[in-house]
Amino acid sequence: MSRLRFALLLGVMLSTSVQAADTGELIGKIQSVGKRGAGHDVAAVAIKQLQSVGIEAAIPILNAMDDANPLAFNWLQVAFESVVDSAIKDGSVSAKDLEAFALDRTHHGRSRRVAFDWLVKCDETATERLIPQMLDDPSGPLRREAVARIIDQAKEGSSDEAKLVLWKKALTGAVDKDQVDEIAKALEKLDQPVNLVQHFGLLTEWRVIGPFDNTGMKAFDVAYPPEKELNFDAEYQGKTETVKWENLASKRKDGSFDLAELTAPHKGAIDYAYTEFTSSGDQEVEFRLATANAWKLWVNGKLVFAREEYHRGMQFDQYIVRGEIKKGKNTFLMKVCQNEQEQDWAQRWAFQFRIVDDSGRAVADKGQGPRD
Amino acid sequence: MHIRKLLCLIGIVACTSPLSADWRQFRGTTSSGLPDATAKNWDGEQEIAWQTDLPGRGLSSPIIVGDRVFVTCSSGALQQRLHVLCFSTKDGSKIWDRSFWATGRTVCHPKTCVAAPSPASDGERIFAFYSSNDLACLDLDGNMLWFRGLTFDFPNASNSLGMASSALAVAGNVVVMIESDDASFAAGINTYTGETNWKIDRPERANWTSPAVTPDGKQVLFQSSAGVSAVDAVTGEELWNYADGAATQPTLVLVDEVAYVPSNGVTAIRPGKSNTSVPEIVWQASNIRPGVASPIAVGENLFVINSSGVMVAAALKDGERLWQKRLGGKFSASPVMAGGKLVAVNEAGTSVVVDPNDEGNIISKLELDETILSTPSVSADGVYIRSDNHLHKITVK
Repeated sequence: MSRLRFALLLGVMLSTSVQAADTGELIGKIQSVGKRGAGHDVAAVAIKQLQSVGIEAAIPILNAMDDANPLAFNWLQVAFESVVDSAIKDGSVSAKDLEAFALDRTHHGRSRRVAFDWLVKCDETATERLIPQMLDDPSGPLRREAVARIIDQAKEGSSDEAKLVLWKKALTGAVDKDQVDEIAKALEKLDQPVNLVQHFGLLTEWRVIGPFDNTGMKAFDVAYPPEKELNFDAEYQGKTETVKWENLASKRKDGSFDLAELTAPHKGAIDYAYTEFTSSGDQEVEFRLATANAWKLWVNGKLVFAREEYHRGMQFDQYIVRGEIKKGKNTFLMKVCQNEQEQDWAQRWAFQFRIVDDSGRAVADKGQGPRD
Repeated sequence: MHIRKLLCLIGIVACTSPLSADWRQFRGTTSSGLPDATAKNWDGEQEIAWQTDLPGRGLSSPIIVGDRVFVTCSSGALQQRLHVLCFSTKDGSKIWDRSFWATGRTVCHPKTCVAAPSPASDGERIFAFYSSNDLACLDLDGNMLWFRGLTFDFPNASNSLGMASSALAVAGNVVVMIESDDASFAAGINTYTGETNWKIDRPERANWTSPAVTPDGKQVLFQSSAGVSAVDAVTGEELWNYADGAATQPTLVLVDEVAYVPSNGVTAIRPGKSNTSVPEIVWQASNIRPGVASPIAVGENLFVINSSGVMVAAALKDGERLWQKRLGGKFSASPVMAGGKLVAVNEAGTSVVVDPNDEGNIISKLELDETILSTPSVSADGVYIRSDNHLHKITVK
């Protein structure tokens, strides 16, 4: 090798390694952004530099999204989109790299979806080739598209038998309520009803105590005895009389646990509901709730969220709270507060509760319900 | 003059002049529904100049900076994918699109969606704001500048029916008003870094109105069920407070120092003379009741659309009711001014052009045949109307 070629090669290698180091450093600064604007002064400079690196930064950015907090995730995502957009326009993008990332199930489901979206912009065949394999994909946004394709096929099925096979196949991948509802409706017509409570993993068996006093909505932060001890044999002074724990189960098709129906439509009142859930392992999950009432949730004795809002509607998956459950028994205590509004639309005193993984799939139940 | 100096001077004039036909936020750069410039009289028949597809839902208004129009959308099963798109005003071709994931709650009443608040711009940056209280700042070419998750910061700042208050760019801040039955605040976020310049507590009651800026750009007015609070745009310090209650959907409109507030019908208020912390009530008209759409002031008159789809005109000077005209349908979108005429779009997607000087004579109607809940935006050569599926540019023949 001539000296000149060696020098040039060395120069390129040094330049590349310096750039790689710089890219990593810039990404690190962006990953440091936190709540309430923390780290913005540094990150705001770094993000501009990162976007000027060019397409070489694209895959490192995607990789970095695996470990990014939700704020940094978005900083990095737009930086990725910015550099890939430019690369598509100047022809320097590598569809192969994007496809490899999008198909790698070890990466974050959302960054894989973003990589896939930009892959489609430079390879029109990608959707046809790849989506059919994603019915069981851990990425919720990718699996949703696979489910949608099968739903379309089911609608066009040549016979009821063919449709039934396709609708059932679609159900195996479906976790989003709109898709599950559409599938369940079609299967119902084919005499194949779907147990939605089971599919969504709604917890329907609870131990309940109450009512305690919430006149004037003043007791949201009053710690009644169930917040201090879980003694299921104890009796306490409630709003009007002595109260004790009782086991109740919802029979509703939507899995909602209707306190007004199961107990009595008390007003200015608080009930506590307790249940247990056995997990096969330690895992990060989402607790998904719906209620039109003010509420608090304790998981394994620790308060994870509190919300003082009354009668702004009750919608499926209305609240999504990230948390952790451990291997074995986990305990859940809900405080559900009713106010004294008299309007017809302000009478609900109920909740829905389920536990899902990152993709929105119900976490398998190894045994739910209050235990003796 | 040296040519370089001349170019610099031209650049400075171009950057600072208000003559550009930008429409930088909800109801325009001045929060009034009035464009800086419209070239054409809106007397002719309306027609669709172009139409382009959108990737998700949205009630937010498009905003216009130079020859680009920016639109926000939300998509996905839980509307967790948030989008900003940039199109050419000339032909609707897409220049770029970017996306984020919501870090706050995305639950909404089915009628609304996560892309309900309108974005804002200071002419150099786009501030995209969503019901999840995510606030993203991009440059005009789609590069990321910073991102805040204000519900991620304050987890109880949300509303189970969805939020709709639009962002406002003023005095080096992007101002956001986040009011719910639980955690509520307004904040001035530094446009350069995304850091919080100021943050003030607000009433803990659900509210869907938007902040409005005074014509001099020095004050921001926040309207809620409690009333109206005027704050210094730079510091967030409260300057005066009107405490007689106000609507939580239609937003006040300002003409000079007078604010026409949807409160007890409509109440006209202005800063007090002797006690500057208490505003003076100029007049109050209980027989003028805005529905969801915000009022607009043009010339000597105030125009409101009530919940029955009737446009009512009143005199700005004393609130005297002058005439009324049934436009047809229900209105969520606020009326705006284009080519000397009022443009109002009903929920069924009918764009109605009304002559404000001829007792509400309807000049033309254009059926867009899709649900429209978004307030139109106006440039020098057209009106932009978006639905859940499309962005339309409307011109007149």
